[in-house]
Amino acid sequence: MGTIGEAVRRRRGGLRAGAAGRILDFALIAIIAIFLILLGTKVVAQGGSFFLQILTFAVANGGIYALIALGYTMVYGIIELINFAHGDVFAFGAFLSASLLPIFGLREGGTFTAGSVIALLAVFGLTMLSCGILNISIERIAYRPLRHAPRLAPLITAVGVSFFLEGVLFLWKGPSNVHYANIIPNAGFEIFGATIGAKDLLVIGVSIVLVIGLALFVDRTRLGKAMRATAQDRDAALLMGIDIDRTIAATFFIGAILAGAGGTMYGLYYNTSVFDLGFSAGLVAFTAAVFGGIGNIYGAAIGGLVIGMIQSFWDGYFDSAWTQVVIFTILILVLIFRPTGLLGMRVPEK
Amino acid sequence: MALLEISKIDVFYGRVQALRGVTLSVDAGEIVALIGSNGAGKTTTLRTISGLMHPTTGTISFDGRQLQQTKAHEVVRVGICQSPEGRRLFPRMTVFDNLMMGTYARKDLSRLQDDIANVYSLFPRLKERTKQLAGTLSGGEQQMLAIGRALMAHPKLLMLDEPSLGLAPILVETIFRVCTDINAQGMPILLVEQNASKALEIAHRAYVLETGSIVQTGTGKELLSSPDVQRAYLGM
Ligand SMILES: Nc1ncnc2c1ncn2[C@@H]1O[C@H](COP(=O)(O)OP(=O)(O)O)[C@@H](O)[C@H]1O
Ligand SMILES: [Mg+2]
Repeated sequence: MGTIGEAVRRRRGGLRAGAAGRILDFALIAIIAIFLILLGTKVVAQGGSFFLQILTFAVANGGIYALIALGYTMVYGIIELINFAHGDVFAFGAFLSASLLPIFGLREGGTFTAGSVIALLAVFGLTMLSCGILNISIERIAYRPLRHAPRLAPLITAVGVSFFLEGVLFLWKGPSNVHYANIIPNAGFEIFGATIGAKDLLVIGVSIVLVIGLALFVDRTRLGKAMRATAQDRDAALLMGIDIDRTIAATFFIGAILAGAGGTMYGLYYNTSVFDLGFSAGLVAFTAAVFGGIGNIYGAAIGGLVIGMIQSFWDGYFDSAWTQVVIFTILILVLIFRPTGLLGMRVPEK
Repeated sequence: MALLEISKIDVFYGRVQALRGVTLSVDAGEIVALIGSNGAGKTTTLRTISGLMHPTTGTISFDGRQLQQTKAHEVVRVGICQSPEGRRLFPRMTVFDNLMMGTYARKDLSRLQDDIANVYSLFPRLKERTKQLAGTLSGGEQQMLAIGRALMAHPKLLMLDEPSLGLAPILVETIFRVCTDINAQGMPILLVEQNASKALEIAHRAYVLETGSIVQTGTGKELLSSPDVQRAYLGM
């Protein structure tokens, strides 16, 4: 691992240097420009209201990906592990909330009252809590014992945990798409010919609140500071009296409650889920985290929003069969041209 | 009974033994220097006291408590804090936030302003850079911050691991002067140094560590005039 990683880094260092680096940056900008021009012509051709409609979908979609991407980036930031199981925790959130809805009296076609709001909040809360506990258990059982093992060991374990969870979800609701009750009223309002529905507002609003809440939490609270300190230097954090086992567990918990909220909103928004949702959505969200600069929570929020929007715009204006290809092309381009991502660490580590 | 008493500790990295029966003590009010060449085990000694590593045999007692199996995040609560080798700041936090991280384990946060002011008066440079990210500081400033951060923990024993390493001569002077100043305020210091002559000058007592064993001990003056020490560590 080490030698390959070093070779890549050296090569990258060489590439970045001087004129060659500038040519690469230019190439990246050119690619983005071509895409935007292409998109621009389509947008003009199809009119403003269609654009606004797609934009609404895109922001909501981006909000959900932002919530998932945060969990990847937080865990990576603190223990340098890509928690492949994170996407499946998100899918678990979708599955669990789907089953909780009827228990709390929320049914498709039912009337949505003030009581329903409280019931929905309860579903959100329970799902988020359960996802948090699930992710803490994963960390405790699968990753913590490997904390001092070579990096590859926890990584492979994470893939294993992901397969395990997908297996559980498969047994739970079977191989095909499962309908997710459409309980949010279809009410909405129109502007410039586009409809902005209650669903859109719910998803966008909750995403914004959670992202801001997380940012404040990490910035202001004692635990948030402990998380940042542990991410930046684990031994120093220990020397300052931070219990890093607890702090790492808390990071998994918080990442997972965001994924739980994301899973619930995915279900409410798209009214479908499937056992391997965590694989596909997880990869996109992971791409978003890398795109934003893995380890950086603002980067993940912006990356999630941008990748989600690219996905929706591509689906809306181009052939959706190519959407996944586009997303992973972005991942590869970012890894080549700007491995630190949009907001990657610019401050020297030591 | 001394403040810190380490008795016959053995410490291993895997199967490699780094410390062999190390015994040393620090009394209230003392500066004790631990000198020795690269790889002798000085850092390992401090890491073991701080609980980042644990001895397989032997005891560490501090202030009447047994610490040999205490976890690192608890050791600072007992009253030991160190400025570690390589400074180990939080690079993406500001100078001020790094200092505040030093208070993480403190129960009594009442005199915070005074403590910050105290650190800034020891190191005026830090005051000028209070909002700067620690990762962007010069080596000397980083060292000052690492010492300041440890002081913010209100330790009963301060440990410094090679505070003068890699610093310009004038900064080396500053660091050693601050050590004596802090000590004059009553702070016991366990000082690890490769700059043996400077360390021995300010130390009340000192130990010489060689490949994991204490080979010599005495007052700072005694070791300064010891022929063995002069030959091996003072380049005479
Ligand atoms: N992480 C480690 N793994 C294995 N051996 C180590 C490690 N750190 C230090 N050592 C070994 O332990 C011995 C003491 O190292 P150290 O305490 O760092 O010495 P000093 O601080 O006096 O230079 C050396 O032989 C060193 O090679
Ligand atoms: Mg050392």
